[in-house]
Amino acid sequence: MPFPFSKLALATAAAALSLGAAAQTPPPLKVGFMLPYTGTFAALGDAIEKGFKLHVDEQGGKLGGRAIQFFKVDDESEPSKATDNVNKLIKRDQVDVIVGTVHSGVALAMARAAKESNTLLIVPNAGADAITGPLCAPNIFRSSFSNWQPGYATGVIAAQKGHKRAMTITWNYAAGTETVKGFTEAFEKGGGKVIKDLSLPFPNVEFQALLTEIAAQKPDVVFAFFAGGGAVKFVKDYDAAGLRKSVPLVASGFLTEGTVPAIGAAGQGLVTAMHYADSMETPRNTAFRNKYAVTYKSNPDVYAVQGYDAAQLLAAGLAAVKGDFAKRSELQAAMNKATIDSPRGKFTLSPQRNPTQDFYVREVKGDYNVMSGVAVKALADPGRGCRI
Amino acid sequence: MDLATFAVQCLNAVQYGLLLFLVASGLTLIFGIMGVINLAHGSFYMLGAYLAFGLAPLFGQNFVLMLVCGTLLAALFGYLLEWAFFSYLYQRDHLQQVLMTWALILVFEELRSMLVGNDVHGVKAPDWLAGTVALGELMTYPVYRLFASLACLAIGAALWFTVNRTRLGMMIRAGASNRDMVRGLGIPITWLYRVVFAGGVALAALAGMIAAPMSSVYPGMGGHVLIVSFVVVVIGGIGSIPGALVAALLVGLVDTFGKVFFAELSGIGVYLLMAVILVWRPEGLMRKGW
Repeated sequence: MPFPFSKLALATAAAALSLGAAAQTPPPLKVGFMLPYTGTFAALGDAIEKGFKLHVDEQGGKLGGRAIQFFKVDDESEPSKATDNVNKLIKRDQVDVIVGTVHSGVALAMARAAKESNTLLIVPNAGADAITGPLCAPNIFRSSFSNWQPGYATGVIAAQKGHKRAMTITWNYAAGTETVKGFTEAFEKGGGKVIKDLSLPFPNVEFQALLTEIAAQKPDVVFAFFAGGGAVKFVKDYDAAGLRKSVPLVASGFLTEGTVPAIGAAGQGLVTAMHYADSMETPRNTAFRNKYAVTYKSNPDVYAVQGYDAAQLLAAGLAAVKGDFAKRSELQAAMNKATIDSPRGKFTLSPQRNPTQDFYVREVKGDYNVMSGVAVKALADPGRGCRI
Repeated sequence: MDLATFAVQCLNAVQYGLLLFLVASGLTLIFGIMGVINLAHGSFYMLGAYLAFGLAPLFGQNFVLMLVCGTLLAALFGYLLEWAFFSYLYQRDHLQQVLMTWALILVFEELRSMLVGNDVHGVKAPDWLAGTVALGELMTYPVYRLFASLACLAIGAALWFTVNRTRLGMMIRAGASNRDMVRGLGIPITWLYRVVFAGGVALAALAGMIAAPMSSVYPGMGGHVLIVSFVVVVIGGIGSIPGALVAALLVGLVDTFGKVFFAELSGIGVYLLMAVILVWRPEGLMRKGW
């Protein structure tokens, strides 16, 4: 990417002007997107940015009365480049706020850099528990979820259905193991018992041996965490192994997020838990979906919602200090106390700055994840290891 | 674990092992016999999977015919690739071979991205191979996986026969031992290498085509297979086809039972196996020799 010299010149000029002409027109607030714009997660990064910009547009190009200037860095979902990439925003572009990212490994490096430099960070997807756990800081916020949350909500659903013996299956990496931990906690609290955890290396999709093990153990229910292409393959294999009829499957919503058309008949009736469902017919969500569809000629998904809410969160903080970003502690306190009127339903933030939100039961019907109830009201991440 | 489960898991292990053997046998030809470190071998496997994705709808129920046509296409591709690139590599050292074939991986991935995009696809098995057979009370085994195992076995046997019992095989073996001597005897060694290379590519692609209905077709799918098939070639003894078969079955067993019993170690079980075997027999299970 070429060095944004003109932007820098503009910003410098604006800063010089504002010094001369008193502080009546503050320079625009610099918001840096660090998102995947290439690779497997490119579509997710794109949706997050669109969601964020939609809210800024709705506010007439300003948040809390303050004009916004955008900077972009492609993180390539590559943890090894994360620190260099985030420093491009912090040191080179000197942004005030960073919004990013999708991949948990990258987000962890961003959180460390944001903590050290005290840059305001809003995470619009990555669920790694540590971001609002041991790595938490007054300047680190999340507008999405922690991995523990959807797992926990699914555990509640499974226990409520009266299942006693469960098996779990996932990829052996942070998002998988953390989601399974959440599930196990809720399921065992509800009187069930997880008899065996199965896992395979990410992003391996050779499930046959593990499905055989499930058939042999005959549990009451299976909990799965997979996403994207691996999710499609898993659900199809589960069906092909004849397990769909004998052992019910429940999952974190990512199993069927964006994958339902590809899964087809094998996924019909599949129950998942998530903090958003396409079919939520609240006036707020309908308005959001219409506006998004008109603006971008495509349908929003959970990622767009999370990007949109990142902007709402920042707006709430800026409004409280009337656009004066120098009043950082007031601004951050206001963000933490805000009630966000999200398309997913209203939510607040936990003291660790993770959304305390409703989790919905969704069922696959046709090509959609149709909401069929609420699994847990106002579920807060325990934020273990966080000291604020 | 009861007996029925054990039996099904053994079937799973053998099936995975045989598929690995098919990929590794192509690598044995190119790496073991011709001496080219071919990192792009995983890309040939990926090529096969994408060929199946493209061809399967055209051939409908004629799955076997599709495999044959796809293999021929892949062989033609390999023939041209050898002529354009690999023929210059034999005299180079291993570092240059690694760099060149690594570059080819990047080119192939980019081409795939341009031609078919980055989505994940599934390939449907033909109706006559769909469905499952019941094994025990709750156990079922997909018919397609049985077909895949038998196909891999048959191809492996044909390969062994070609290399060991035919005139072509004799020339290949001689060429591998002493290139200049074979040329001196008037055998067109350049052409011979081209054919062997095309055969290696075709074997990897055939494995990819057979795997496609069992595993998804997705970007970067060659990477994992490449590493594991190098492991198989090294464990089996570089250049030995029976060695590759034994090693592939061992890897299949370790991978399958490792996944079920030691989930935390399932990513490294295969490499532990390699370490143990190489300590015990540094040259692999079977030395070069047929």
